[in-house]
Amino acid sequence: MAGRERYPARYLDEGVHGMTTFADRPLEEQIAHWRAYLSQRQALHGPDLEELEGHLRDQLLALTEAGLAGDEAFLVAVKRMGSLDTLSGEFARAHSERLWKQLVLGAESGDDSVTSKTRHTETWVVLSLAVSAALAIKAPALFGIQFGGDQPFYARNASLFVFPLLSVYFVWKRGSDVVSRLGLALAFAVGALFANVFPFRPGSDTEVLTALHLPIALWLAVGFAYVRSRWFADDGRRMNFVRFSGELAIYYVLIALGGGVLTAFTLMMFHSIGLNAKWLVQGWLIPCGAMGAVIIGSWLVEAKQSVIENMAPVLTRLFTPLFTILLLVFLGTMAWTGSPINVERELLIGFDLLLVLVVGLVLYAVSARDPQAPPDFFDGLQLLLVVSALAVDGAALGAIATRISEFGFSPNRVAALGENLILLVNLGWSAWLYARFLRRQGSFAILERWQVAYLPVYSAWAALVVVLFPPVFSYR
Amino acid sequence: MEMNKDLVAASTTPLVLAILAERDSYGYAIIKRVTELSRGHLQWTDGMLYPVLHRLERQGYVAAKWSASENGRRRKYYRITKEGRAQLAAHRQQWQVVNGTLRGIWMKACTA
Repeated sequence: MAGRERYPARYLDEGVHGMTTFADRPLEEQIAHWRAYLSQRQALHGPDLEELEGHLRDQLLALTEAGLAGDEAFLVAVKRMGSLDTLSGEFARAHSERLWKQLVLGAESGDDSVTSKTRHTETWVVLSLAVSAALAIKAPALFGIQFGGDQPFYARNASLFVFPLLSVYFVWKRGSDVVSRLGLALAFAVGALFANVFPFRPGSDTEVLTALHLPIALWLAVGFAYVRSRWFADDGRRMNFVRFSGELAIYYVLIALGGGVLTAFTLMMFHSIGLNAKWLVQGWLIPCGAMGAVIIGSWLVEAKQSVIENMAPVLTRLFTPLFTILLLVFLGTMAWTGSPINVERELLIGFDLLLVLVVGLVLYAVSARDPQAPPDFFDGLQLLLVVSALAVDGAALGAIATRISEFGFSPNRVAALGENLILLVNLGWSAWLYARFLRRQGSFAILERWQVAYLPVYSAWAALVVVLFPPVFSYR
Repeated sequence: MEMNKDLVAASTTPLVLAILAERDSYGYAIIKRVTELSRGHLQWTDGMLYPVLHRLERQGYVAAKWSASENGRRRKYYRITKEGRAQLAAHRQQWQVVNGTLRGIWMKACTA
């Protein structure tokens, strides 16, 4: 049914040609097609479609009464309706806010009382969850654990204040059975347990590792709630979770920027009347805002899904060429000058982040690509990016291996090395699949499936770091 | 007779308002009435009427209401508002100025 989109456009824009295809189909079916095609336009809402369809039907009735056959009448009526592009352009001009407003307010056009009611409920659910998250981070203060200062409790538990509530939102929105709800609760309980039972030494590395890795491990639980507790059932939904994560990250950064402005003004204004608002900002505004923003950001991503182009793939398109150039120039310079990578303490982490970035670029390029499309220039660029990242990382790993053999293992080094290997495996295999795809020996869908299937590995490793590293390295 | 596009576009708003001033109506009937009144000289692209109606609704010159039609489907009926009537009067004056001016010239051309 590849022509589904093209047929109506052809009647409308080019007139009568190519119509014979529909000539012997029943009128109702043609109307349904026309309506379905129309409904893809963002500027047109449900009631507008109904209004236009009513017009079409009135016109059809008049024309058939005048003696035209059904299909002839349909042709004339659709032609009189005018070109669809111009029409939706006019609607967009008459309702320019439609392309944006859904972002916050939901379906204002809600003649459909059911959807508008659930939208309304959703707003309340989201707001109360956001407030709960904001209160949750203040709750430990009641038991004497003050926020701020040197209090690693909050760093270790940060994700536990908000991820369970985010999961509640998805469970509420998408539904799930009792077993998976218990599973989710168990996952978060285990996370809370391992975040708090270990007797970390003050300022220990393993404690920092726990704070960094617990969110990665628990994000999988959130994903589990997102995909309606059927992780293995459906690749598409897991890919949606990947898209969701990327969009949420972008929204979170945007909200944080706004929060920064709010904070600055709060301090400035109270300072001007001789009051110090630091306690308010540090004790309430920042922690509560940081928690609530996760829920609000998620809601916004959910609400706007279909409204505007997703940002993560756009950024990917923008930065893939730039990072490819950076890596190639770096490799070239290294080969030219012959200077080896200078092993410093933070280097391993730095190259981990580079690989994370490249995996992210690949992942979001994959998420936005039509798997059916043939290979194009951008796919070649992706392969180049992955291969050059592998080469750079190979050089760095060589340098690091010598350092580890000299100075032995530390929790940071082992964690970073493990992550490096996990990312390396992903990128190595992705490069292979990309190469096969470019030579047209494999389909793009295989690459997509590989990326999606690999997701739990990151969380599994993170969970391992949280659970095993502190005792193994005796809490140092 | 082929009508100038800009002229047709400019006359859309006063025509729609004038037709609604006669009686409440809906899209398809408005277009039929236009064809009837202009004896077929004014041909609108049917779909384009709706964005115009929606814009007028937003500007407050018309009000809309969904109600049942004789064929059982819902239909969106439009009615002119008080502001709409004022707007229509303003339009009318402007068109009369244009009409009067042109008429004046053409009458002179005829008698000369």
